[in-house]
Amino acid sequence: MGNYHQFDVIVVGAGGAGLMAALYASKTASTAVLSKLYPTRSHTGTAQGGVGAALGNEGEDHAEWHTFDSVKGSDYLGDQDAIEFMCFEAIQAVYELEHMGLPFSRTPDGRIAQRPFGGHTNNITGKPVPRACYAADRTGHMILQTLYQQCIKNNVNFFDEFQVLDMLIENGKAAGVIALELSTGEMHTFHAKSVIFATGGHGRIWEITSNAYSFTGDGPAILMRHGLPLEDMEFFQFHPTGIYRLGILITEGVRGEGGILINDKGERFMEKYAPKVKDLASRDVISRAMYLEMREGRGIGGKRYLYLDMRPETVNKYAAVDGRKRQDGTPYVVTGEELLAKLPDIVDFARTYLGVDPVAQPMPVNPTAHYAMGGIPTNKYGEVVIDEQNTVLPGLYAAGECACVSVHGANRLGTNSLLDLIVFGKYAGLKAAEYANGASFEPLPADPSADIRQQLDAILSSHGEEKAYTIGNEMKAIMFDEVGVFRIQAGMEKALAKVRELQERLKHVRTPDHGKPFNTELMNIWELGNLLDLAEITTVSALARTESRGGHAREDYPNRDDVNWLKHSLIWVEDGKIRLSYKPVVITKYQPKERVY
Amino acid sequence: MEVTLKIFRFNPETDKKPHYESYKVQAEPTDRVLDLLEYVKGNFDGTLSFRRSCAHGICGSDALRINGRNRLACKMLVKEVGGTKITVEPILGLRVLKDLIVDMEPFFDNYRSVMPYLVNDEPAPKQERLQTQEDRERFDDTTKCILCACCTTSCPSFWASEQYVGPAAIVAAHRFVFDSRDRAGAERLRILNDQFGVYRCHTIFNCTEACPREIQVTKAVGEVKRAIAVGKLD
Repeated sequence: MGNYHQFDVIVVGAGGAGLMAALYASKTASTAVLSKLYPTRSHTGTAQGGVGAALGNEGEDHAEWHTFDSVKGSDYLGDQDAIEFMCFEAIQAVYELEHMGLPFSRTPDGRIAQRPFGGHTNNITGKPVPRACYAADRTGHMILQTLYQQCIKNNVNFFDEFQVLDMLIENGKAAGVIALELSTGEMHTFHAKSVIFATGGHGRIWEITSNAYSFTGDGPAILMRHGLPLEDMEFFQFHPTGIYRLGILITEGVRGEGGILINDKGERFMEKYAPKVKDLASRDVISRAMYLEMREGRGIGGKRYLYLDMRPETVNKYAAVDGRKRQDGTPYVVTGEELLAKLPDIVDFARTYLGVDPVAQPMPVNPTAHYAMGGIPTNKYGEVVIDEQNTVLPGLYAAGECACVSVHGANRLGTNSLLDLIVFGKYAGLKAAEYANGASFEPLPADPSADIRQQLDAILSSHGEEKAYTIGNEMKAIMFDEVGVFRIQAGMEKALAKVRELQERLKHVRTPDHGKPFNTELMNIWELGNLLDLAEITTVSALARTESRGGHAREDYPNRDDVNWLKHSLIWVEDGKIRLSYKPVVITKYQPKERVY
Repeated sequence: MEVTLKIFRFNPETDKKPHYESYKVQAEPTDRVLDLLEYVKGNFDGTLSFRRSCAHGICGSDALRINGRNRLACKMLVKEVGGTKITVEPILGLRVLKDLIVDMEPFFDNYRSVMPYLVNDEPAPKQERLQTQEDRERFDDTTKCILCACCTTSCPSFWASEQYVGPAAIVAAHRFVFDSRDRAGAERLRILNDQFGVYRCHTIFNCTEACPREIQVTKAVGEVKRAIAVGKLD
């Protein structure tokens, strides 16, 4: 077998979760990271506002409050044992990042600086609490850099620009992966005892998205083709503040620092929808409010956007209305210079892409596809579970956005994604190494890459005239219109039919590039196939769930239905047929109640 | 508006020499150059190859030479290019592998050579290490680096020798040398006090002009030079 490699642990993906997993696994087991990008290109780097942990550096806070807020934010679909585990682990995890060298912004007394974020509250007063630990507005960038630097320090093995295309399961256990070396077009077999998927999200399904080109759901799509289930795929988060039309993220940290959403009449409309925390309600609530405002003609100039206003005069006016105080008890008053220092990248994005200086003018924003709550089902140790009874598939792990623990349930709170990466990345790495040290290599078949070579050959030998570019655009448009912030049966059925038509058309795609080095066209087409498969099961899962919960808002079923739907969905594709099933939500301390902000 | 994109092309499997191809595309002034490259690839020639990911100036994948200047294609809008002719070429000083894709390995080797990680073997406190806002500010600028290579591949000294660590690696060293929590500053300065270290910098300022993150690259290099010269950090 040419191009054969053997490691105890293979990590697929080099974002926050993958690098954290690699750091921990490599302490006790031979470990390699495979990434289709250079690690520092990973999408973790674009996270802006902060990582959640109840350090209490800028006001009283407790891990219990963080736990409750996350349960409530999840619209009670998150598993409470896992959420509690994450929120209590958070504090140590953030200190650990600091010890690794992460350059957090600092408080006047030299501690890690924290800012308020949507849905994070003082559980006694109900007011926003500063819980997001931040490094200006580039927290994700600093996490990614710091973890990659630590991997260099600890001599972790990297295979950069290796696209994982398939996984190997032998005797019911994980046995490795198949990857294409992009620079040569050569196929490689990686034989392993443990495999950790940390491949990120699939937000490129939607037209307006904050997600990188690389977010094509590779891990979940590969596992699904092996007959493994995905969990809660109907739940996808639309972030309220994407740059108008482009979808580039404007952090919730803008509102944490006092920014306000404004409609065409100049009203702070969120006080109607979330009287207590207003512009710091959770993301699903705000995105829906924005759609309702635009639908009623109060978009700016009647168009499909609203203003996010962080001009100091606006921030100070509403901070006074809200009675917001600094930790020392003085009124919260900001200057343009302070905002520029705390949000330099946001100012840069607005100037570059909108031609707007946000300290002097409001920014046009609209909701943007942002985060997959659903994904590969795991337990809180990152072990992949494959049925309603949570049976573990030995040697297989997942962490980060591609996984569904589930700590985010029906709606993720801001700052909990970076937290998810570091906590569950770490445990997946620890568990994968522990398992590998007690396991042996499963024998591989004679030609382990036969299946995937056949898949790629089918693409390369297609003689059709369809353009992948057009197919992708049609998918994104209909998914954004019909399986977006608001959903209704007829629209979703239309989307499902369209996606299935596009899957057929992709079989007749035009493929002029038959070369080996950097055949980016072949990879784009393979990734588009992943997106279409995930768009299909997202829509099927969404059609089946006849209620509204968190990020899944149905106009034909506007209420949450705990009697029938307080359960996780599981979806399989078996012999071309889709099967849905359900498993219970873990509820420990917090009984579901009405969710009001 | 109609824009003519003139793109550097090289297929290592069939071409002995690179050539240029031109494509006419309809563009909005607010389109990113990256959007135009995607359009050409999607509609005219699927074989055109380039790297990209986040598409908003953070991941650092799409550093290219656009009308002779190093820029991220996703951060360069058509209206900023000036005119309707846009020439797109690979960044200089690194081997071209295919079309606009260059070999990044020498660049990352240089980065790895300067110990780009925090070194501090003192027992960590239970909570965070304290750092004053002033101490944190000291190295703030150089924490912004996204390793896109715009600076290094705009530097004539790097064009002359790939062995020169280049401004990006010096920026990485600066980020740790001036971090009050780090203990390996002297060792990093020793690494950079080498014939292929900081003294290859002749203060031409191309790097500062090229940086899409607006890092004061030349200033950072100067601070490292001074620290080596006086033998201590200030």
